[in-house]
Amino acid sequence: MVEWTDFERNTIQDIFSRIEYDVVGPAALARCLVVYPWTQRYFGGFGNLYNAAAIKGNPMVSKHGTTILNGLERAVKNMDDITNTYAELSVLHSEKLHVDPDNFKLLADCLTIVVAAQLGNEFTGEVQAAFQKFLAVVVSALGRQYR
Amino acid sequence: MTSLTAKDKQTVKAFWAKVSGKSEDIGAAAVARMLVVYPQTKTYFSHWQDQSPHSAAARKHGITVMMGVGDAVTKIDDLKEGLRELSELHAFTLRVDPGNFKILSHNILVVMAIMFPIDFTPDVHVSLDKFLAAVSLALAEKYR
Repeated sequence: MVEWTDFERNTIQDIFSRIEYDVVGPAALARCLVVYPWTQRYFGGFGNLYNAAAIKGNPMVSKHGTTILNGLERAVKNMDDITNTYAELSVLHSEKLHVDPDNFKLLADCLTIVVAAQLGNEFTGEVQAAFQKFLAVVVSALGRQYR
Repeated sequence: MTSLTAKDKQTVKAFWAKVSGKSEDIGAAAVARMLVVYPQTKTYFSHWQDQSPHSAAARKHGITVMMGVGDAVTKIDDLKEGLRELSELHAFTLRVDPGNFKILSHNILVVMAIMFPIDFTPDVHVSLDKFLAAVSLALAEKYR
C-alpha cells in the first residue's frame, strides 16, 4: 500500500481543488498529442489532428481531456486505494482500448507541465514531488491489469 | 530518437533568444528542483558542504549547466562534434549515469513552463524536448 505524508495528501487535494478540469485536461491532452505525436494513434476517430492549432481547437480532444481529469479525481478521492479504484479502468485500457501503458507516463509528464504553468511559483519542488508521486501511483494502477 | 528538423532548430533558437537573459535563474531553479524531486541525484554532490537545493553550490552548478545548454544552442548543427569535450568530461571524469540527463531535462522543461507559461507552447515544448534529448545523446557519446 502507498504511504502518503500529510503534506502529500494536502497538496494533492489542494491542487485538484484549484485547477479547472476543463482547462487543464484539454491542455494536457493537446500537449501530449503535439509533443508525443505517436499518441495520436489512439484517436483516429477524432478528426483533424493535423497541427498544434487544430489539436488545440478540436472539440473531441477538449471533451476527452476533461473526461481524463474527472477520471483522475476518482484517485484523488480514494488515495488509499488507487489500485482497486482503477481496476476496471485498467482492464478497459488494456482489453478494449489497447493503449500501450508507456503512454500513461507521457500524459502524466504533460499534465505536470500544464499544472506547473497554472500554479507558477507555487508549484515548488516539494509540490512537484508530491504531484509526480501521485501520478506515478495512478500510472502504475492503470497498468496493473494488463496481461 | 529523432533528429532535429530545420523547424526544431529555428524554434529552439527563437525561444532561447527570448529566455537566455534568465538562463542563470532557469539553471538554478532546474537543479534545485531536481535535487528535491529526485533525491537520488544528490549522490553526485556529496562533495558539497551544503547539499540543500538553494545553496550557493547548487545555484552555481545550475548556472554552469545552463551555460552549457546555451552553448549547445550555438552548436545545434553538429552537437556530437560541438559537445565532444563536454562529453569527454562527463564520460571520464564526472561519470554521471546518462539516465540523469533525462531527469534534468524534464526539470528544465518544468521551469520553462513556470517561468514562460505563454511562450512555452506545445510546439516549443516538443522542439525543446527533442533538443535536450539530442544534447543528452551527444553528452553520452564518449561513454563507451
